[in-house]
Amino acid sequence: MSALLEVDGLTVTLPVAGLQQPVLRDISFTLGQGEALGLVGESGSGKSMTARAIGRLLPPGAQCEGRISFDGDSVLELDGAGLRTYRTHGVAMIFQDPRASINPVRRVGDFLTEALVTNEGVKQDDANTRAAELLDAVGIDDPRRRMRQYPHQLSGGMLQRVMIAAALLINPRLILADEPTTALDVTTQAEVMAILDTLRRERGVSMLFITHDLELAAAVCDRTAVMYAGLLMEEQRSLKLDSDPLHPYTAALVQARPDISVTHERLLAIPGRPLSAFEAPPGCAFGPRCPHAEPACAQAVPPLLDVDTGRSRCRRLPELRGTMGAKSAGAGNG
Amino acid sequence: MADTAIVEVIGLRKTYPVTQDGQRTDFVAVDDVSFSVQQGSSLAIVGESGSGKSTIAKLLVGLERVTAGTILIDGVDRTAKPRGARARRQRGSDVQIVFQDPYTSLDRRQTVEAALAEAVRLHSNLGRDQVARRVKELAEMVGLDQRQAEARPIALSGGQRQRVAIARALAAEPRVLILDESVAALDVSIQAQILNLLADIREATGVTYLLISHDLAVVRQLTRDAIVMRRGQVVEAGSTVSVLDHPQEAYTRRLRDSVPRPGWDPHQISREGAIATADDQNTATKESDR
Repeated sequence: MSALLEVDGLTVTLPVAGLQQPVLRDISFTLGQGEALGLVGESGSGKSMTARAIGRLLPPGAQCEGRISFDGDSVLELDGAGLRTYRTHGVAMIFQDPRASINPVRRVGDFLTEALVTNEGVKQDDANTRAAELLDAVGIDDPRRRMRQYPHQLSGGMLQRVMIAAALLINPRLILADEPTTALDVTTQAEVMAILDTLRRERGVSMLFITHDLELAAAVCDRTAVMYAGLLMEEQRSLKLDSDPLHPYTAALVQARPDISVTHERLLAIPGRPLSAFEAPPGCAFGPRCPHAEPACAQAVPPLLDVDTGRSRCRRLPELRGTMGAKSAGAGNG
Repeated sequence: MADTAIVEVIGLRKTYPVTQDGQRTDFVAVDDVSFSVQQGSSLAIVGESGSGKSTIAKLLVGLERVTAGTILIDGVDRTAKPRGARARRQRGSDVQIVFQDPYTSLDRRQTVEAALAEAVRLHSNLGRDQVARRVKELAEMVGLDQRQAEARPIALSGGQRQRVAIARALAAEPRVLILDESVAALDVSIQAQILNLLADIREATGVTYLLISHDLAVVRQLTRDAIVMRRGQVVEAGSTVSVLDHPQEAYTRRLRDSVPRPGWDPHQISREGAIATADDQNTATKESDR
């Protein structure tokens, strides 16, 4: 598969109290044309920062090492016209809170068509038609009327559909979706995910889907990567995450989550709290919270190694595989 | 123990005045809701945004006045205005609440110890040493160490702050603790710790829980009974296990099926919810025309 996006050894540091502190450490992955990759993690894991680095939206003072290559171009070196083209035709972002990313005093229609009219010289009438078609495709009734309305007149679920339409309007090749359904009700989440999934497949758009919800990522992405303290801990086909986790952290996350169909006496909570990259100890970042850690785990950050079905950063994986107590029955085939 | 209802809600109604098409009218947030919770038991109020679940929480603690209906806490009517500081404090020791956002529910200038001591003093006649002992006890109960107890909120993580909010609520030794989406904003690994903590606290104190939540898995973990709300009304009620495993109402089924899990298919849920969605959009249209 030819990769559309290649991230290779991406390390990002941010200035904290006068010191450059790491937020991402040696992130590497590829994303093929039309493929969906889930990026899952808790607070401070670096999942949003990864998307921001790819979208060239890092905060001021951020320093990057490594390579991000998009269709052969080096993203981190783009500037001027190249960067503009990348942002208009290459990537589109969808954020968690649609109300925070739309101008409240402009009509929905103006918001949708602005980029087409000003950047691409599309006639306003044609732009309106295209916007209305896309609003229809994301399940909004009477799109022309909606386009005359202001953001406050639309519900959160409706507005997130508008944001999806806005992202697709420029025909991007990659969508960076950062918790796009977290602020929505569950029934609305299902509808919005279905729309996003359909449009993505129909148009062959690639997607990097960022979420804290392992089950959601697994449901809509071909592959899922799990992040912790600025590191990729494992990456594999989404279907296998639950039954055959490749890292103790993933197994622990699956087990810590309460279950909708089974009542547990107690949850298997992970002790401690999630760490940011700059707080992480030397050695395995998850080590201090890991039930399988041994002294050698604290020696050096374990490398992200290829295994048969994916990649893992656990040095004990060969012994632990299949014994990390995944929730679903029939786990452990190794 | 005899089956005594600690919370009894009968025919609860709450409306807010709104202007629609230039006309003043009433928006019904809670519409003829009745339920009761036994002493030491736990009830979940489940629903999506706009279902009225949080309004019920506000009515129960007295942050909003009821339009009609009765709220009995341990047999005493709470719908009338309390007379005097003593009556208000009494209400405070009946029902306490823990909110969703651990970042906005604490005073940033107050140390954890000071916040807990203030709540303990307010609800007891203890001497200084006894207050200090009680504060220590509360901090230990929720798993905060000495360093964290001396800290201000800014030095604490989200999970630690939520522990403080729980300890502060428990300082009043409430009969009923309302958990209004109290674990919704926490990371998965922290959420599990707090859910286990809440189970331990119930075992130790016998406090009654009223959980307001949209998260069905959390509801299953923490409560014995559940009511499902939609647009201000109760659509289904029963034991939590039966409501989740054998939902009788189409809406409850749709809520359950919308939760992502292995084999989850958003397209199918979307299709099945098509009729209900059309219904929703009609309502949304009306709302947006307002």
